[in-house]
Amino acid sequence: MIPAGSLLCADSLYKTYGRTPALDGASFSIHPGEVVAVLGPSGSGKSTLLHCLAGIVTPDRGTITYAGRELSAMPDAERSALRRTEFGFVFQFGQLVPELTCVENVALPLRLAGARRKDAERTARHWLERLEVEAVGAQRPGEVSGGQGQRVAVARALAASPKVIFADEPTGALDSLNGERVMQLLTEAARSANVAVVLVTHEARVAAYSDRDVTVRDGRTRDLEHAG
Amino acid sequence: MSIGHTLLGLLESGPRHGYDLKRAFDEKFGHDRPLHYGQVYSTMSRLLKNGLVEVDGVESGGGPERKRYAITEAGITDVGAWLAQPEKPEPYLQSTLYTKVVLALLTGRSAEALLDTQRTEHLRLMRILTDRKRKGDLADQLICDHALFHLEADLRWLELTAARLDRLAAEVRA
Amino acid sequence: MTLLEHQGVPAEAPPVPTPPTGVAAWLRDLGLGIRLAAGGGREGWVRTALTAVGVGLGVALLLTAASAPHLLHERSQRSQARAESVAPGGPDAHARKSDTSVLRISAESEFRGRTVEGWLMRADGTHPVVPPGVARFPGADEMVVSPALKELLDSSEGSLLRERLPYRITGTIADSGLVSPGDLVYYAGSDTLAPADGGHRIAGYGDPGEGEEMPPVLIVLIIMICVVLLVPVAIFIVTAVRFGGDRRDRRLAALRLIGTDVRTTRRIAAGEAVFGALLGLLTGVVLFLVGRRFVGHIEMWGVSVFPSDLVPDLRLTALVVVAVPLTAMLVTLAALRSVVIEPLGVVRGGRDRRRRFWWRLLMPVAGLAVLGLTGKVDKSAPVDPYPIAGGAVLVLVGLALLLPWLVEACVNRLHGGPVPWQLATRRLRLSSGAASRAVSGITVAVAGAVALQMLFAAVGDEFNRMTGQDPSRAQFYTFSQKVTSEAAARTIKEFKATKGVEAVIGKVEVYVTRPGTYKDDEIQPTTSLIVGDCGTLRELARIDSCKDGDTFVVHPRNDKELSDWVDQTARKGKEVAISDTPGGKSMRWTLPADSPTVVARHDPLGEDSWGIMATTGAIDPSTLPGATTQSQIRVDESVEDVAEYVRNTAAGLDPAMRVSSVKSVARDEKYASVQRGLQVGATATLLLIAAAMLVAQLEQLRERKRLLSVLVAFGTRRSTLAWSVLWQTAVPVLIGLTVAVAGGLGLGATLITMLDKEVTDWWLFLPMTGAGAALILLVTLVSLPPLWRMMRPDGLRTE
Repeated sequence: MIPAGSLLCADSLYKTYGRTPALDGASFSIHPGEVVAVLGPSGSGKSTLLHCLAGIVTPDRGTITYAGRELSAMPDAERSALRRTEFGFVFQFGQLVPELTCVENVALPLRLAGARRKDAERTARHWLERLEVEAVGAQRPGEVSGGQGQRVAVARALAASPKVIFADEPTGALDSLNGERVMQLLTEAARSANVAVVLVTHEARVAAYSDRDVTVRDGRTRDLEHAG
Repeated sequence: MSIGHTLLGLLESGPRHGYDLKRAFDEKFGHDRPLHYGQVYSTMSRLLKNGLVEVDGVESGGGPERKRYAITEAGITDVGAWLAQPEKPEPYLQSTLYTKVVLALLTGRSAEALLDTQRTEHLRLMRILTDRKRKGDLADQLICDHALFHLEADLRWLELTAARLDRLAAEVRA
Repeated sequence: MTLLEHQGVPAEAPPVPTPPTGVAAWLRDLGLGIRLAAGGGREGWVRTALTAVGVGLGVALLLTAASAPHLLHERSQRSQARAESVAPGGPDAHARKSDTSVLRISAESEFRGRTVEGWLMRADGTHPVVPPGVARFPGADEMVVSPALKELLDSSEGSLLRERLPYRITGTIADSGLVSPGDLVYYAGSDTLAPADGGHRIAGYGDPGEGEEMPPVLIVLIIMICVVLLVPVAIFIVTAVRFGGDRRDRRLAALRLIGTDVRTTRRIAAGEAVFGALLGLLTGVVLFLVGRRFVGHIEMWGVSVFPSDLVPDLRLTALVVVAVPLTAMLVTLAALRSVVIEPLGVVRGGRDRRRRFWWRLLMPVAGLAVLGLTGKVDKSAPVDPYPIAGGAVLVLVGLALLLPWLVEACVNRLHGGPVPWQLATRRLRLSSGAASRAVSGITVAVAGAVALQMLFAAVGDEFNRMTGQDPSRAQFYTFSQKVTSEAAARTIKEFKATKGVEAVIGKVEVYVTRPGTYKDDEIQPTTSLIVGDCGTLRELARIDSCKDGDTFVVHPRNDKELSDWVDQTARKGKEVAISDTPGGKSMRWTLPADSPTVVARHDPLGEDSWGIMATTGAIDPSTLPGATTQSQIRVDESVEDVAEYVRNTAAGLDPAMRVSSVKSVARDEKYASVQRGLQVGATATLLLIAAAMLVAQLEQLRERKRLLSVLVAFGTRRSTLAWSVLWQTAVPVLIGLTVAVAGGLGLGATLITMLDKEVTDWWLFLPMTGAGAALILLVTLVSLPPLWRMMRPDGLRTE
């Protein structure tokens, strides 16, 4: 069952790693421009849900529909292409290529999608500016602070004009002030560009930047507002 | 904290005398403030008047008041509605929430759902505060942050309680 | 107040232990390092094992190299033991006939490019001497063969050769009679061999003399080969000691956090390295001992070795045992000098300290200078190998030192490009050291090999006897000392019937002179006497009528001077002298007065012969002293194994008939074995370096597992990452190869000039660069499966 108007929708997902069930009938849906927080304790299956939704892993059972297309039926190459062009990603740490400068890191998804270097880097600079880190553009990730690095990562997620951004504990490695600022910049940019954000977090104050929250417990989701 | 709803909830497991009710209440919820008899009788008479309890029988001899109370259908519905209703997030909410969780466990209702509902309510308020903070000036931000940190603490407590529900249920029902 | 009071009170706490100093500290820290290396859990063991295997491979190669002196000595001993004893009275004197003497002739042949050594032997008495390794003298039509030859003859591949060697196998030659296990040797018995057929008499075996001294040029080549092969091995060991360095640095940082000082951490690191090196030493010895057992079964480019010959020289072994752990320690300490290990992490000082250019250039230039000052090597005077070796080492090691600078300089200038290229070049820019180190091994190997190959090509004339014949006319030339009346006709007939043969000319030929005594400054008129049937003679000269018993004087075409020279000997009605050797057995023969004079014609192979021609009725060729049966054969080279068919026919005519291929170049054995050694060594070295690069690559991939997962998450194609891995290997290797080719050409040209030769071929580096390219591909391809594995999303899971 697909809620009307949803951009990305998953129904009854099951996924097992070895013998440990990670998802046990989870469901999820998100509308364009919506920010949905996925909450839940460690090991509840939040990250697995995000990986499934983003087409990084395929669920054992269940359907994932993105813009009317069935994700789990797509071959790997097609899902990769989708991630390149339609999705953006922000992770907790270790996501920037350490050899590339910040501008080049932000330009990377654009270049992977086929943009020319000059154009990609111009767009990248624009996004660095939006995220207030244009000053570190020429520096490498190892030379900037954690907060700056995470903003660069957010810029990178936004640069390729995705329809959905998947953020897995995007502020996990940051202090409150930096974390709040990153969340504020991310959600503002996403809302103004009508980008949906799937936000996996265990922090309530981060989740408070969402429009709605979904709780995962033992691989099952509770979406109270929709469940009514 | 609503004493009326709590006493009603205690009656759900079966009819009790007023004295029993007080003892059960003290044992489970009145850790530092035992209930006065007067409070029990005034509450029970209010509940009787509203039709949420009825007198099940009167025993003679012994104590001053030997009425036995039983919960009515309307009473059960009222307890259910109370448990399902999230509390308005405010400081020092824990005792109410705790009572609700214990009652839910005692009456076989889903304590997990109760906690989730409460969390959603907390988050709703946090969203409002976050939104206000985003639009407001520094003073607003600081005030909102203060509230947010308290709410966050509550939420952590909710999270922790949710993770320990099994153990709590075992203790409460013991 | 209380604080002050406390300070006044003498401490009752146990005394703080004073840390050991000096040697004790060293020992303690080295020991701690060894414990860390041994007890570092699975990861620690993996790292130690990698180092041990890497060092082990290097040590095994070094031990093999250290076995070379013993190996060469043993081989030459056995080779001399089976050589014929020289009869007293000089090389031309023959042994006297006795009960033990043996008449024999070499029946060496070639089979599909491999030499088959063989002798026909006939015992003079009842107790003939036998060559080493042979238990019983073979009877007529029997032979004893080497195990390798037996195996070849028994296999389906050897059936063509079996036709050539129809003798019954009655035994095998023991190892003491073979130079190497792969030798193809046979001794066949004969009851018809006679001195007239070319057989010579020997009294025994064993050449007691000193082995032939190596020519100076060869010594230079051998020194170069050692340098070229061993320097990369040393570089490989140095690389292997650094395996897992990044992880080690992090572990050391953790040690710093709990209060170890900088010096102590360095010593601990050195201890770890020494432990790895010691394990490697052990691995190397085991590898060597195990490999030694199997070496007898391996043959590469015609080289095989008896396990018992592989005994390392004691002094060289001791050197290896001491040098390897010491090197490991020094390398580690040197590597740590550019790294600052802080309690909270590792700071690489390398980037601020740019690699300097001038001192790196100093070494190769100094090397070239040493070589230049040494001057030309005299062909006869004993060569002083040290300046040459020293110069070559300086040049080669200098190139290896030049490489990191060059890689850094190049990579820093590479901008832009597609994503895989960008990822690869940036990665190199940040840490080009690791890549350069592995590649510097290639550089030395390739530069050395290029120089050596140039040297080989240039020196080639000295060792290669060009046959000077036109291979478009005849590809084979046979020569037999067995001469019968119908030899020429039979030779032609049988070769013509051989599969793949297009044209044949066969003749019995002997030199004839004009009798008389001549002063020293006079030349005795000489020409040749060719005997054959009318059919054969008609092929050689314009003869109108010919019947058996006729003789002819044949003049070359259009050459008055040469015709007159022929007539000086071929005087009609007068005698000519036919003699084997000057002063040897001779006979006189009168050229009939009615012999017509005719003109030579092109034979089927396009060649002209002249002199006296006689039919077999006029003179029986089997009576001519020193006569030989010769033939020239042209074949259709597209026929498979045509050479083997020709050789089989030749063996049928006379087992001792020599068949030489005009096309191929007869090679001096020593030169050939030196070149083979180079090829074997270069291959082993390149494989070793490929292994080092692979380990470095895999290590790097493992360290970047999470990043790879992230890149996959945002939709990076596998091919993008595969290409980046390829470029990351290819860029340094290509730079290394460029340096190697340039340096190799320079070194080669210098050495060639020293030897007073000319560069004959500038393009000899192409095969080596091909090998380098193959190495890039190999490393990339083998890295791909682990890369795919690491691109799985589980790298994203943080818990």
